[in-house]
Amino acid sequence: MNIHPDDRGYYGAFGGAWIPELLQANVSELEGSYRSIIASKGFQEEFRHLLKDYVGRPTPLFFAGNLSEHYGTRIYLKREDLCHTGAHKLNNVVGQALLARRMGKEHIVAETGAGQHGVATATVCALLRLPCTVFMGKKDMERQQLNVLRMRMLGAEVQEVTSGSQTLKDATNEAIRYWINHPLNTYYLIGSTIGPHPYPDLVASLQSVISREITTQLQEKENKEVPDYVVACVGGGSNAAGAFFHFIGNGVTRLIGAEAAGKGVQSGETAATITLGSEGVLHGTRTLIMQDDDGQISEAHSVSAGLDYPGIGPLHAWLSQSGKADYMAVTDKEALQAALRLTRLEGIIPALESAHALAILEKIRPDKQQVLVICLSGRGDKDMDTYQKYADRL
Amino acid sequence: MNSLLKTVQRTSGKILSVYYTAGFPKLEDTISDMQAMADKGVDFVELGMPFSDPLADGPVIQQASTQALANGMGLKRLFEQLKQFNGTLPLPVLLMGYLNPVLQYGPEQFCRDARQAGVAGLILPDVPFSEYNSLLKELMQRYGLHFVFLVTPTTPESRIREIDAVSTAFIYAVGASSTTGTRTAIEERAVFLRRLYQMKLKTPLITGFGINDQSSLGQAWKYTSGAITGTAYIRLRMMHDDPHKALDKLFQQLGIQPEKTI
Repeated sequence: MNIHPDDRGYYGAFGGAWIPELLQANVSELEGSYRSIIASKGFQEEFRHLLKDYVGRPTPLFFAGNLSEHYGTRIYLKREDLCHTGAHKLNNVVGQALLARRMGKEHIVAETGAGQHGVATATVCALLRLPCTVFMGKKDMERQQLNVLRMRMLGAEVQEVTSGSQTLKDATNEAIRYWINHPLNTYYLIGSTIGPHPYPDLVASLQSVISREITTQLQEKENKEVPDYVVACVGGGSNAAGAFFHFIGNGVTRLIGAEAAGKGVQSGETAATITLGSEGVLHGTRTLIMQDDDGQISEAHSVSAGLDYPGIGPLHAWLSQSGKADYMAVTDKEALQAALRLTRLEGIIPALESAHALAILEKIRPDKQQVLVICLSGRGDKDMDTYQKYADRL
Repeated sequence: MNSLLKTVQRTSGKILSVYYTAGFPKLEDTISDMQAMADKGVDFVELGMPFSDPLADGPVIQQASTQALANGMGLKRLFEQLKQFNGTLPLPVLLMGYLNPVLQYGPEQFCRDARQAGVAGLILPDVPFSEYNSLLKELMQRYGLHFVFLVTPTTPESRIREIDAVSTAFIYAVGASSTTGTRTAIEERAVFLRRLYQMKLKTPLITGFGINDQSSLGQAWKYTSGAITGTAYIRLRMMHDDPHKALDKLFQQLGIQPEKTI
């Protein structure tokens, strides 16, 4: 199964590099060098070393006994929440930062929604002694204060974004603008499987360590390499791309992406891009986006800042359209309930993003003998304010 | 619509084009600003179609776009407004914006309506040269519209030559690698414009991005056929209710007499 895009960066009808001429040289430079650098022995050695001893990989594949009993099936949690900095984001950042250094770049710019990608970027930049600038929406800075403090302590410059909806979409606009204005020595370190080609492929490839580990770990625990289900949340789609990667099109595994329905798919306050979206071009890629009749991009809403994005990676648009994966919408309330359930049953407080994946358990009916892997993409420390408010209402 | 060609091929050079945002500051200002530009002898206009996520623009133009959208501006509304000219606009007009609204409108319908409105051509910065051929080239030819490509200091000479070969009106020279509205190093721009000049392209060049004073305008006029100014005008328009007044101030800031541009 070929799960890389074609030479022009397309997965079926989705992808490409819809970027202004101002960015062509940067993107061409990246496109021309990423495959050979990543394939090189030196890069691979450095990358594997950092994944093992710095990120803390492989992350455990934990058999969630109490949750399994509750749902009457066999549920494993892929513990990306145990990665250094608390989420899968670091896998991608380590890879791209090493790539940037090999390309001779001297400055890193990134966008962040929940702050997890920003923290991961600030962390690796501290390690590799690269200066970095992180753009973050004002609204997200307010609801993810802890991550803002972490980034600043790590030495990153955090730039508040006050344009538009003041969330991830606008932070992405500003990061791209900064890149346009500083084209020669700056590397744009994108945090998800979005943006112009080659970013979606680059990020999916770097995150594919997740499904590669699942394959080995399942062999040990269940004596099979392929699960019956893999479930992951999707905002831009990076942890889902990584969790699905080696199982796409195998004819056995049902892949399910959980997108954020916010207050409900039809509420007008939602981030259910695949359920509601239509084809368009946003942030350099042709994909499914939430937009009005005039082609203006809608503002997304989700209780989880990391899923608050009106687009979706082109890989997922293609997986959805071709029926290779299913995407279901999970409301804020369903996610909060799922988070509380996991916390009480397994003693694990999940990130709000990951809680959307857990909520899928309420929507599917697997058999007793079937094996489910849920990508627990991040831990919930950053969401304690939201959980506290929710718990107060119970 | 051939008047755009006649304008940009004028041998005397010193063309001045102004960018403004449709539906800004008030919805009906699309028309009043266009009329004022014609009155004041602006050579052609770049009429901005507002978009929620204008990647290649700076904060000033984004602010104008946001306000225009809040005023209710959109492509349907824009073509409605242009109908009052019955297909003959008071000066050559290029529509400038982003691909997504055009995709939603339908590229063919868009080209048909633009043609009917008397529009001369189109600038969509997020349509790269490589995608243009399959998506828009044939439509541009069928509806007799010009498509204007951007070149920047980082565009390789080979692509500049390719762009020159397919361009029908002019090539938009981006004075420096930057979003609109930033002050760029005079020297960097001069080096780039001189290099373009020495390439002896068949298509006229017009310089934009960072044209906001006498020296930047002077450079553009020295090495290329003309200049496009946008952010400087939008800033002035935010301060003056009357577009004529804003244009007077603009000419003053650029150090030119309005007659010079006629």
